[in-house]
Amino acid sequence: MTIVVPLIVLLLIGVSQLISGIARPTVEAMTIGYVDELGGFQQYTSQGNTTLVRFDTPDDATEALVNGDINEYFVIPSDYISTGVINRYTLEKQLAASPAVTSAINNFLLSNLLAGKVPEATIARIEAPLNLVSTRLTETGAVAPEQGGYGNLIIPFVFGILLALSIIFSSTYLLQGLGEEKENRLIEILLSSVSARQLLTGKVLGIGVAGLVQVAVWAISAPLLLNLASSSIGGFTSAIQLPPNFIVLAVVYFILGYLLFSVISASIGAVSSNSREGQQLIGIFTIPALIPLWFMSLIMFFPDNPIWVVLTIFPLSAPVEVITRLGVSVIPAWQLVASIAVLVLTIIGVLLLTIRIFRTYLLMYGKRPGIGEVLRSLRSG
Amino acid sequence: MLTVEVNHVVKSFADKVVVNDLSFSVAQGETFGLIGPNGAGKTTTIRMMMDIIKPDSGDVAILGEKLREATKNKLGYLPEERGLYKKLGVLDSIVYLASLKGVDRHSAEEKADELLKQTGMLPHKGKKIEELSRGIGQIIQFIVSIIHDPKLVVLDEPFAGLDPVNTELLKGMLLDLRNQGKSLILSTHQMNEIEELCDRILMINHGRSVLYGNLDEIKSRYRSNSVLLEFEGELGEVPGLTEKRTHKGYVELALDGNTTPQQVLERLVSRGIVINRFEVATPPLNEIFLRVVGKNHE
Repeated sequence: MTIVVPLIVLLLIGVSQLISGIARPTVEAMTIGYVDELGGFQQYTSQGNTTLVRFDTPDDATEALVNGDINEYFVIPSDYISTGVINRYTLEKQLAASPAVTSAINNFLLSNLLAGKVPEATIARIEAPLNLVSTRLTETGAVAPEQGGYGNLIIPFVFGILLALSIIFSSTYLLQGLGEEKENRLIEILLSSVSARQLLTGKVLGIGVAGLVQVAVWAISAPLLLNLASSSIGGFTSAIQLPPNFIVLAVVYFILGYLLFSVISASIGAVSSNSREGQQLIGIFTIPALIPLWFMSLIMFFPDNPIWVVLTIFPLSAPVEVITRLGVSVIPAWQLVASIAVLVLTIIGVLLLTIRIFRTYLLMYGKRPGIGEVLRSLRSG
Repeated sequence: MLTVEVNHVVKSFADKVVVNDLSFSVAQGETFGLIGPNGAGKTTTIRMMMDIIKPDSGDVAILGEKLREATKNKLGYLPEERGLYKKLGVLDSIVYLASLKGVDRHSAEEKADELLKQTGMLPHKGKKIEELSRGIGQIIQFIVSIIHDPKLVVLDEPFAGLDPVNTELLKGMLLDLRNQGKSLILSTHQMNEIEELCDRILMINHGRSVLYGNLDEIKSRYRSNSVLLEFEGELGEVPGLTEKRTHKGYVELALDGNTTPQQVLERLVSRGIVINRFEVATPPLNEIFLRVVGKNHE
C-alpha cells in the first residue's frame, strides 16, 4: 500500500494526460449562421474562434446547415428587443448550447446593439465587467504572506484524504494482527512472555511507526508527482502555498488521530472473536473520520458553518476535519486547543478502558461479549 | 526451594466460581500432574500461574516471588489452545518468540538448531508454519516453550493430537528436562501419561482440590487389597479370598480383611504353582479419577 498509492497516482496522471491529449483538438473554429429579421446586426462577425455568417432567410440557413457549411444557426426575430428570444437550430443532440457558442452569440448581439452608441472600450468592459483580483490583508493592514485560493486548498485536501486513509489502514492492520493472534491462539503465548500493557504498547507503536513511514513515503513522492502532473495541469501547482502552521498541525493530528484509532482498534480486536467481525465493528468508528471528506465541497463554500466547529472538536472526525479546514479558512485558536484537548482526553480514556478489557477478552475465543457484559466487566475488572 | 506456591486462590468469571480456594506447591526438579475433568479449572489455574489472568483473591509465587516480567523469562508455557503465525517460517517463529523471553537472535538460532535436530524436526526448519502437520506444529511449539532454558515448564495437554511416535519423542524430551532438574507441570486428562511421568499430582474438580499428594501414596491409599496373578497349572481353592476374577491372561484375587498378599504368595508357592507374575494391585489412576470425580458428581 505504501508504494501502491503513489503508483496509482502516477497511473492516473498518465491516463489524464492521455485523455486531455485526445480531448484537446476541440478548440476548432466554428461557423455559426444567423438570420437577421430585426436588422442592424452586421458587424462583429468574428468572435474568437467563431465566425458568424449572415443568411437572408431561414431556408437558406437550413440548407447550409444540412450541407455542413455551418455548424448551426440562429434567428433574431423582429420582436427581439421586446422579448429577448433568439431561436437556435442545430443538428447536435445536446442539453444546451456550449458555453463557447453562448458567449460568442452573446457578445455578437451585445456589440451590435451598442455599436455607435458607446465607445469601443466601453463595449469591451460591458462584455466582461469584472476581473476580480483579491488581496488578503493582515490586521495591521499589510499584505498577508499567505493569500489563500485554490493553491492553498490542494495540499490540505490531499493530505486530509491521505490522513484518513493511513489512519484507517493502520488501525485495520492492527485489528487484523490481533484477530490473527486470537484465531491462532498465539495470544496466550505472547501474554505468558509480556504483559498485556507491553503487548498493547508494542502493537500501537510498531504499527504507528509503519504508518508514519507510509505517510512519509507519500509526502516525499507528492512533490515529484505534482511536478509530473503540472505539465498537464499547467502552472496550477506553482501556485501551491501551505498554510503556515500546516506541517506542525498535520503531524500533531496524524499522531493523535492514529493513537485514537489504534486504541479503539485494540479494544475492538480484544472483544471481537475474529478479524472479520472486528472490521465490521471498526467501521462504526471510521465513518466519522471520513465525514469531513464527504463534505469537502461544502466546507469549501461555507467555511463558517457551525457544523464544522462541531466536527473539529468531535474527536473521531477532528484530525481529518482540521486538516481540510486549514486549506479553506483560519481555524480560531480556541477551536484548535479544544479539539486537541478533547482528542488527548479521549485517547487517555479509551486507553484506560482498553487496558482493562484487553486482558479479559483477549482470552475469550468463543462468542463476542455483549455491550452490557463489557460494561459490567469494566466496573468489576 | 519451591518452584510454584499457590495459596488459597479464587477466580470467578461472571458469577461462576471457576477456581475455588485452591492451594498447592511444586518443588524444584519435580514433575507435577494437574488433572481433572473438562471444565474443572485446570487451564484457569495455569493462566493465573502464568500471570495471564489475575486471581480474585489468594496469591501465587513463582520461583519464590510474585510473578514479574523478569520472572516470565524463566517460565516456559505450552498452552492448550495453541497456534503460531501461519505465514512465518519455523525458525523465525522460534527466534521471535524466544526474543520475547529475552534470548538474543544468535543464541536463539543456535539453540533452535540443536532442539530441531534433537527432535528430528530439522527438515522442517525452512518451512512455513501453515505447511506443517498439527503434530509437527505442536513439537515446534514445545521447542518454543523450552528454548529459553526455563526453570519451570508448564504444559497444558501436551500429548493431545500427537501420534504414538511423537508422544514417545515428547516423553523422552520431558524426561531429559526432569534430569536437568527442571520443574514440570503437566495438565492433562490422559492418566497413563501422568502415571508414567509424574511424582506428585493435584486432582481438581469444580475448581476445588479433591486429591493432592504423592502419586504412589495416593495409589496405595486407593488400593483395593487384591493381587494380580499370572500362573501355570491348576489354581484350585485358595483360602483367604473373597473373590476370583478371571481376566485375559491373568486372574485378580480379592483378599479378605485378614489375609496379606504375602500369605497368599506363600500358599501358592507351597502348592507348587508356577508363578509368572505376582503383583499387588493398585488401581490405575484412571479408576481413582473416576471414583473421586464420580463421587463428587453425586
